[in-house]
Amino acid sequence: MIPTPDLSHLSTSDYRNIYEPSEDTFLLLDALEADEKQLKELNPSVCLEIGSGSGCVTTFLGCLLKPNQPYMITTDINPLAAVATVMTGKKNGVSIDTVQTSLVTNLLPRLHNSVDVLCFNPPYAVTPSEEIGGQGIEASWAGGVDGREVIDTMLPFVKELLSEKGIFYLLLISENKPAEVIELLQGDGFNAHICLQRLAGREKQFIVKVQR
Amino acid sequence: MRLITHNMLQCHVKNCNDNNFPLRLEEVEVELVEADFQADFLRNILGKLEWEALVNTAVQVGNTSLPATIPDNAADNEEFLKVLHNALLETHIQSGNMVCPNCQHVYPVKDGIPNMLLAEHEI
Repeated sequence: MIPTPDLSHLSTSDYRNIYEPSEDTFLLLDALEADEKQLKELNPSVCLEIGSGSGCVTTFLGCLLKPNQPYMITTDINPLAAVATVMTGKKNGVSIDTVQTSLVTNLLPRLHNSVDVLCFNPPYAVTPSEEIGGQGIEASWAGGVDGREVIDTMLPFVKELLSEKGIFYLLLISENKPAEVIELLQGDGFNAHICLQRLAGREKQFIVKVQR
Repeated sequence: MRLITHNMLQCHVKNCNDNNFPLRLEEVEVELVEADFQADFLRNILGKLEWEALVNTAVQVGNTSLPATIPDNAADNEEFLKVLHNALLETHIQSGNMVCPNCQHVYPVKDGIPNMLLAEHEI
């Protein structure tokens, strides 16, 4: 069993500005852990997480893949989240480079078909569209109509980013209409299916696993 | 950020489409942080690097150890892989600026994190 990363360097006051790991985060960790064997066999060179927040997910992935240390890169639009991600990596012995940017802007075309493990716990909450576009903690949850607006902006990049053997893990809730998202990904030629789901209070959460 | 990340970043100012990579380093503070040497990883990542950009960037931070071209025997050349490891994974840009060679847009680096966000009118 891979322990949840040590986040003791982050406090309640940090979580006013960055997303605190919650049930959704842990569901993503569980999906990665369930695939431990496959991920190790994949022997990834490049792992990318979009919107890494506290850095919990990428740090966990880095720990899971040890002793191999792939190139771990993450993005976040929130500068405080970017700092937290790097700190969390350091605290747990995982080297992570973080770029403050929106989704994957600046990383294409250089990472074209190069990403072996792609993770995205998106801002999935259903909110008014106007709430999208901030650089604070609201960027971690505000998803607009059906909670899908940021997800739908990101989806076309998946085929640009994923390597031939790459795997993409995407967290969704039922309001995001997972079946529709899966269909969109299948339309891009991917195999996509729900590999894990859980009820967190009233929220039904899913992990969609996507491969070529 | 390590030089490997610098090797992945390009300018995305609206209509800046040519000669927008690699970003030139200015007034950077560099830190060397020891990392585990992984020959296999280096062999795998080699094909994903823009070599000339890496060599030129390393020179900008005072590292002149990289050869101008990737040696033919790179995969088995431990001496080469060690030099690459040092430049790519142990050389961190902690602060400074990255400047687009084309449009001259300045992307600041602070606490080792590049800020690639643009103002609304630049997108």
